[in-house]
Amino acid sequence: MDPTWVFIGVFFVLAPLLAAAPIVIGHYLGPHKPNPIKNDVYECGLKTVGDAWVRFKVQYYLFALVFLIFDVELVFLYPWAVAYDMLPTFAVLEGLLFMIMLLAALIYAWKREALDWYD
Amino acid sequence: MAFLQDPTIVVEWLRQLFLGWGLSPSLASLLLYVVGALALATGPLLWVIFLIWFERKAVARIQDRLGPNRVGPYGLLQPFADVLKLLTKEDIIPAKADKVLYWMAPILSLAGVLLLWPAIPLGKGIGGNVNVAVLYLVAVGTLSTFAILIAGWSANNKYALLGAFRTVAQMISYEVPIVLALLVPVLLARSMNLQDIVAAQDVWFVVAAPLAALIFFIASIAEVGRTPFDLLEAESEIIAGFHIEYSGMKFAMFFAGEFLHAFTTGVLGAVLFFGGWRGPGAEAYPLLGLFYLWLKAFLLYFVIVWIRGSFPRVRIDHLLDFTWKFLTPLALVVLMVTALLDKALAAAGPWARALGLLVANGLIWLVVQRWLRGVEKRLEPPMVAQPGQYPVARYTPPEPQAAEGD
Amino acid sequence: MVTTFVFVLTAAVMLVAALIAVLKDNLVHAAMGLVVTLFGTAVLFVLLESYFLAVAQVVIYVGAIAILIVFSIMLTRRVGAHWGRQTNATWPWALLTAGVLTVLFALMVRGWDPDAVLPAAAGVPEDITARLGAALVDPNGYVVPFEVASVLLLAALIGAVYVAWGGRKAEKETQG
Repeated sequence: MDPTWVFIGVFFVLAPLLAAAPIVIGHYLGPHKPNPIKNDVYECGLKTVGDAWVRFKVQYYLFALVFLIFDVELVFLYPWAVAYDMLPTFAVLEGLLFMIMLLAALIYAWKREALDWYD
Repeated sequence: MAFLQDPTIVVEWLRQLFLGWGLSPSLASLLLYVVGALALATGPLLWVIFLIWFERKAVARIQDRLGPNRVGPYGLLQPFADVLKLLTKEDIIPAKADKVLYWMAPILSLAGVLLLWPAIPLGKGIGGNVNVAVLYLVAVGTLSTFAILIAGWSANNKYALLGAFRTVAQMISYEVPIVLALLVPVLLARSMNLQDIVAAQDVWFVVAAPLAALIFFIASIAEVGRTPFDLLEAESEIIAGFHIEYSGMKFAMFFAGEFLHAFTTGVLGAVLFFGGWRGPGAEAYPLLGLFYLWLKAFLLYFVIVWIRGSFPRVRIDHLLDFTWKFLTPLALVVLMVTALLDKALAAAGPWARALGLLVANGLIWLVVQRWLRGVEKRLEPPMVAQPGQYPVARYTPPEPQAAEGD
Repeated sequence: MVTTFVFVLTAAVMLVAALIAVLKDNLVHAAMGLVVTLFGTAVLFVLLESYFLAVAQVVIYVGAIAILIVFSIMLTRRVGAHWGRQTNATWPWALLTAGVLTVLFALMVRGWDPDAVLPAAAGVPEDITARLGAALVDPNGYVVPFEVASVLLLAALIGAVYVAWGGRKAEKETQG
């Protein structure tokens, strides 16, 4: 096992514990006097109306979708970039073709106004 | 003296100490990892305390006021007072909040920032040697994004949820230019390992890829959620956004996480584009390398604070247009040009390569400027001159959108 | 030895999280269970010394797909409402099938030696990512799937934009 990754594993267990420690200390150091008004949700000082539910806006979903497409593309491009030295020029052009496809995808989404934020 | 040349002898000394206490070798190794992890985690957390003071002082001075100056000399003890106050606040948990997720969110947010540090090279042979470090940084960044989504939802508050959605939309939108811009140093150094990227910077990558550095810098500021992209914490817009229902130490963890993330961005920028720990004498004395890294990171952090004090906030639709319609295509073009040119320039020396790429970046920038000017001309309101008065730009609003169909 | 312990722990956590994802009433909790399962897969990749796959798993699955799923859950459902039973009337048959499969798996791993060396430990080459990159664009390698993947992503984006947005555009055209 690569020692760096063992270290990351240890860190992965330790970092949340270290982050949780002040929170737990704070929880026990402060006073404990809950009452219904304090525990109510904050809505600019007015009484809360209904459950927390946000109006469906397809833009959020579209942004996440375009992000997903680009994320997958980039994960493909990283090994290509690391292998750059071993590649003939032809292979570099293949990578470029890949990127041009995705640029085309971005331009399509742009022209279709899928990247706009209507309100 | 030997410590200055090679700080890893501390590790050996500790190992001998643990073995001397009668622990088995594997247990001694594990204990060494734990000690190392504790040191690496607490160092940045303690440094955040100074960063909070520095930011408040610097922003105050930019705004022509004094900043904290009561608690301690020059207000240096102010963050300690803040921490004490936040520690002793009552922990109010809103009614019907999702208990597990509500507690998990600030921990995940801060852990997501702390987990960036094992991958960062702190000196020659010290620090991060993760062989997929750049993608690891992106992967850990997504943890922070998730933490925000959980925070917004678990508080059972409409505004928190709305703020969380907008924050996550902003963060994922700006992650694309960051990952694209990070691909350029990876390409130039032929490796994802940050140690290799630092070792390949005989000429700093900011010379060979200034546009990529700029894109990374701007997109990182937006990713962290700082001004001018901090619409999501604005008091007047969305009343503190996704962390509205958090008080006391949980809020402090979000707050500290944001400052630490900003500083870590400075560190990453220094490592990727400004040569990291490299500098005169850093090869022989690794601690000097650590000092150089800290200095470069601090200068970048100062630029981030400077930007905070100088720019107004960007509106949400401008923000998203900026990333999708400007930064992402620009980053793609820079990447394509760099990939093509580097193959041609591969045989040349480091300075020739860097200058060749610099010229290419300059040409791209000129083309972008021409295009932006074209866009400006198209959107400029026409100058209308009333008789006897100076011409005034009369703004005509665009055609109204369809009212239905939302 | 440590590797085995970490593997067993990760597998246990993943199983519990998967059960949460499938059985829990509250949709957001189920989504969190899914996220933990995906994360556990990444940990398993690390145990197999496949670091690039591990970070790629986190970046794509946890970073993009999980966020997409959580967005769609939070935006389209009254979360927190109870959706009733999570099982339907055929649950005895499902339990029987699961039991038979468990017995078959147990028979298969009966010869498992906890101290056996993982195949990856026999030597993953240092420059594995570079080799992967070279293989991806090698004409004798995977270049055709590589380019087809880009076309597939383009098609996926066009399809998704059309499905999510196309109706609205047609509506605007009929009105504007």
